[in-house]
Amino acid sequence: MIEISRLCKTFGSNIVLNNLNLTIPEGETKVVIGRSGTGKSVLLKNIIGILKPDSGSVKIGGVEVTSLSEREYNKIRMKMGMVFQGGALFDSMNVAENVAFVLNEFMSLDEKTVRERVAKYLAMVGLQKIEHMMPSQLSGGMKKRVSLARVLCMEPEIIFYDEPTTGVDPITADAINNLIVELSHKLKVTSIVVTHDMSSAYKVADSIAMLYHGQVIAEGTPDAIRHTTHPVVKQFIHGEAQGPITEDENLIFGHIK
Amino acid sequence: MLNYLATFSGGIVFRFFRYLGEITLLLGQTLYLIFVPPFKGSRVLIQAKRVGPGSFLISALVAFFIGMIMALQMAYQMTKLSAEIYIPNVIAVSLTRELAPVLTALIVAGRIGAGITAELGSMTVTEQVEALQAFAVNPVKYLVVPRFLALVLMLPVLTIFADLVGLVGGFIICVFKLSISPPLYFTMVIESLELKDIFTGLFKTIFFGAIIALVGCHQGLNVKSGAEGVGLSTTTSVVVSFILIIMADCLFTTVFYFIFQV
Ligand SMILES: Nc1ncnc2c1ncn2[C@@H]1O[C@H](COP(=O)(O)OP(=O)(O)O)[C@@H](O)[C@H]1O
Ligand SMILES: [Mg+2]
Repeated sequence: MIEISRLCKTFGSNIVLNNLNLTIPEGETKVVIGRSGTGKSVLLKNIIGILKPDSGSVKIGGVEVTSLSEREYNKIRMKMGMVFQGGALFDSMNVAENVAFVLNEFMSLDEKTVRERVAKYLAMVGLQKIEHMMPSQLSGGMKKRVSLARVLCMEPEIIFYDEPTTGVDPITADAINNLIVELSHKLKVTSIVVTHDMSSAYKVADSIAMLYHGQVIAEGTPDAIRHTTHPVVKQFIHGEAQGPITEDENLIFGHIK
Repeated sequence: MLNYLATFSGGIVFRFFRYLGEITLLLGQTLYLIFVPPFKGSRVLIQAKRVGPGSFLISALVAFFIGMIMALQMAYQMTKLSAEIYIPNVIAVSLTRELAPVLTALIVAGRIGAGITAELGSMTVTEQVEALQAFAVNPVKYLVVPRFLALVLMLPVLTIFADLVGLVGGFIICVFKLSISPPLYFTMVIESLELKDIFTGLFKTIFFGAIIALVGCHQGLNVKSGAEGVGLSTTTSVVVSFILIIMADCLFTTVFYFIFQV
């Protein structure tokens, strides 16, 4: 269970998170939707402790993490995995070394076990025989999947996905969605999926929260969100250029005047 | 105008000391984390291999020519005084105390320091450094410590080689141009050199190595945005390393001279 309350984060004069409240029950998949630049990645980074919130509270499994020392935080991080937006694969290592990163770093397993695990988790994300390739040789979608395999390798209880299907072909995207659902159902992984891909959101979510101006402005089951009357959410999920969001920002793009 | 100059230079002084503060902080963290497990010697070795063999040839080449140039410059002065015989002394002392350590450090700052900033900088902008943190790995322990140790260990070694090769450069001019006999050259070099000359030279390089590593890593880990940021940071890294190395050298020379009288 992850409980976020009154979370604030600003960069200079840029208020990104403004008293944000969000609760993710044990074993559930929460999808956070919102436009690019609203602070979805910043939210995830605040939970995993890469960024420190200005104020507010984040509780993971009942433990208030915002005031933890780095050493204690690391103990909690061992149970969490994050799939970064661009994959964030270590480009000095090949695919196998990337996937086995946590194994090599924290456990002393023999080579054969490591190799088997790497193959197992690569297969889980639909990849094989790419162990010796370097990240620079992979496509964007492959990088994301290797990144997911690297996270699965640590057998986490909580997974954060930062736009797992963005920039991935539709078939692979669907496979990733299925995998997220399966991890949630079979392994009871608690997940936060950040995305602006609505078909992915509907497919994987137990509930969906919409982030807007640093706050969660609407939250509900996929069905409830699909049939919402909230004008902002409605504009977003239907992907319309005209509506309260663009009016708010004085945007008139999509028209030549 | 004066006002502007005062604000401007005040700003520079302030930024300089803030920068020194940041570097000192990183030094503190690095020194602490050296002694925190896990200890991975292999990582230091990988970095040492990048520093050592690659820089050896170029620093030896530079030292060789500096040895020759010094002999020739000295010859111009010393022949007037018929004191050519002391040329080996001057070469030996100024090479080991000053020229070999500083030139080697500057070469390594240009080659390795810049490389460190570019590497860590691109890791920073592609979220790899954040990924380390997310995997409960301390980026300073993982990235800075091995580079720091490699530079602090390798720079003295490179300097020893530069000392030797520089003396060979001087040897060639002294023997073939100034007709000093080879045995005499060696006698003069060995007689003039005291252990403390070599020691003060090598002692400094430990700090030069630390400066190169810390500035390189600090610049890399604090890249703000994209490829342009990496480029800018790399340039700054080299410039700052150069300035700090020369300043540290001046400080050490002063301290050695006035306090230890060496
Ligand atoms: N490390 C940072 N320093 C300064 N500003 C940042 C940083 N990270 C993100 N931001 C800003 O925070 C806002 C939200 O970014 P982000 O969370 O990446 O958006 P997204 O919802 O697309 O993931 C953006 O305006 C971005 O410029
Ligand atoms: Mg993002």
